[in-house]
Amino acid sequence: MTISRREFVKLMGLAGAAGMLPGSAFAAAKKPSDLYEIPKFGNLCLMHMTDCHAQLNPVYFREPSVNLGIGPAKGKAPHIVGKNFLQHFDIAPGSIESHAFTYLDFDNAARKYGKVGGFSHLATLVKRLRAERGDGNSILLDGGDTWQGSGTAYWTRGKDMVGACNLLGVDVMTGHWEFTYLDKEIITNIGDFKGEFVAQNVSVNEEALFDYRFPDFSGFDEDSGLAFKPYTMKSINGMRVAVIGQAFPYTPIANPQRFIPDWTFGIQDARMQSMVNQVRETEKPDLVVVISHNGMDVDLKMASRVSGIDVIFGGHTHDGVPRPVEISNKGGKTLVTNAGSNGKFLAVMDLDVSKGRLKDYRYRLVPVFSNLLEADKDMQAYIDKVRAPYKDKLEKKLAVAGETLYRRGNFNGSFDQIICDALNKVNDAQISLSPGFRWGTTVLPGQDITMDHVMDQTCITYPETYRREMSGEEIKAILEDVADNLFNPDPYYQQGGDMVRLGGLDYVCEPAQTMGKRITNMTLDNGSKIEAQKKYMVSGWATVGSKSPGRPIWDVVADYLKEQGTVKVKKLNTPKLIGVKGNPGIAS
Amino acid sequence: MSLNQKRRVFLKGSLAAGTLGAAVGLLTPGAVLAAWNKNAFTSKNIDEAIAGVVGNPVTTPSKDITIKAPDIAENGAVVPVSVSTNMDGVESITLLVEKNASPLAAVFHLPKGSLPDVSTRVKMGKTSDVIAVVKANGKLFSARKGVKVTIGGCGG
Repeated sequence: MTISRREFVKLMGLAGAAGMLPGSAFAAAKKPSDLYEIPKFGNLCLMHMTDCHAQLNPVYFREPSVNLGIGPAKGKAPHIVGKNFLQHFDIAPGSIESHAFTYLDFDNAARKYGKVGGFSHLATLVKRLRAERGDGNSILLDGGDTWQGSGTAYWTRGKDMVGACNLLGVDVMTGHWEFTYLDKEIITNIGDFKGEFVAQNVSVNEEALFDYRFPDFSGFDEDSGLAFKPYTMKSINGMRVAVIGQAFPYTPIANPQRFIPDWTFGIQDARMQSMVNQVRETEKPDLVVVISHNGMDVDLKMASRVSGIDVIFGGHTHDGVPRPVEISNKGGKTLVTNAGSNGKFLAVMDLDVSKGRLKDYRYRLVPVFSNLLEADKDMQAYIDKVRAPYKDKLEKKLAVAGETLYRRGNFNGSFDQIICDALNKVNDAQISLSPGFRWGTTVLPGQDITMDHVMDQTCITYPETYRREMSGEEIKAILEDVADNLFNPDPYYQQGGDMVRLGGLDYVCEPAQTMGKRITNMTLDNGSKIEAQKKYMVSGWATVGSKSPGRPIWDVVADYLKEQGTVKVKKLNTPKLIGVKGNPGIAS
Repeated sequence: MSLNQKRRVFLKGSLAAGTLGAAVGLLTPGAVLAAWNKNAFTSKNIDEAIAGVVGNPVTTPSKDITIKAPDIAENGAVVPVSVSTNMDGVESITLLVEKNASPLAAVFHLPKGSLPDVSTRVKMGKTSDVIAVVKANGKLFSARKGVKVTIGGCGG
């Protein structure tokens, strides 16, 4: 059953009247007649979107059933899933919010409430909020991962998204996957972007400074060596708001350095502190906020170490967190948010600010249900135009989903298993490796799998596949390395992303162990133990160090899908976990 | 003056400084004031390496030493490391990479009156602590910071 907007409004009214919603993070003081009726508060409004991964059209997106917190992060936001999530954030089971924020009853609820996101629906919501807040009283921030994740973004080198963001009216952005295009393309795209691109933690490295290739780029500052403008000042309803940018600190490690050889990143929290101090001293701001692509755990740690920031609007880890986390530091308090992914949410923070002080705030992470928000005509026309040259290719049906196909989760997702099976089959390998990205949308059982879906699971600028022999020892080293990037108890040593996905190989994982001791009992599908010195034929994609020789992954997956008809996961290669019993970050 | 001109002048200046041995921080480590300390630089043992430079492996941990290095290295072959301190009377700063086959990476001998603030790049084979030993007024102090070296990839 799919419900219409009118039916939905009626339902919400009934639910409110029947007392089904009280206590919900969304239930405002008065009964909501409409999910998008967000009462005004204070004197300025900051809207924040992040990690849309170029999803211009509405999609399905299943939230994770495994998002483990290890060490001090155990049981704390964002490492809570399912029923524990509902309880922690006071969300009514079975409600539309429960569907938006958790994987619970996903298939049924997805059919009932329909798709999420889509820029034309998002545009309608943004316009409505802008109008309600009044002219000049709000701005729209984008945390990045905007130019990558779809076929059209890849083929236009991110330009389709620059155009869409200009139409949407994004005021300030920072980046991560933006840096996976060539540096000269990034510089051109930022030039075409009508908002501002900020990043305090990207420098031109010392060798490149001698003969820098973009000396005339307006964001470059020769004296500081920063490649981009570190912050910008915005006047909102007469208040001076500083917006500092924090790009993904580990871009040249998690993604190819060869596309951006002149730039060096890092968390740079000492520089962040001096930036905040300098901004507070020289700009006399009423509010200081950061748009960050650190990932939520890194933001939480940074907020405890750096003082003077009022709000960190976070992204990268794709955590849809309904309430900001308040972190105390020596300067007072910093709010930390994370706003989900794939265009599914718009964060709306209304703030009461005066004379350089944040007095109070209201925050909502609003799910964008495309059936409940009319498509904005201008944006829809733009999207249609962008897609037109690629439409036939993208909408080509390849197979039918025999079950829910999704990616998100610490370990293997069902769509990842299809990718791994495709690699093993098409490339004739024993073991396949597929990166644990957190983007990639969901396909419902019975739904056609199109090239659009394949592209939104695989679309990167280094898509080449490989097939080569690796020893058991090498495979274990890779697994241990990625596991440490995910489960190191110190967030500054994490890179975000999830565990590498395996095809044809099972293992046992103990996340709370130390590096080198998390992965044990590696076995092939036939049950034989992996031997350290023995060689195995391995296939994979997304190599960071150098370009692989094989065909792009999407062609491999498309070939495989075309042979399948109806696609079902034959065997999910997901690890047996040790020591996670009772952890609220895993479905019980 | 254009960027390139400026950099060129800077480079010329720094070369001159290097020759005269006047500008600390621009010196090639150990090259000017001390002879090549072969035993210390080739030692496989961290205590021996420290003792080989400053005479004694026993140091006092100090919060007055700041090590600036990435939490995760972008390239393990060239990891930028800076060490600075607000101590007086600094005679030398020694830099070690604990898990490297030969841990001693650099020794900076500081002439009297120099600002104790040095930078270099070290090669790191794997994840390790970087250790700085500061000799000030004849006493030995140390600090350490972890730097992770990773295969990379798989970022979300």
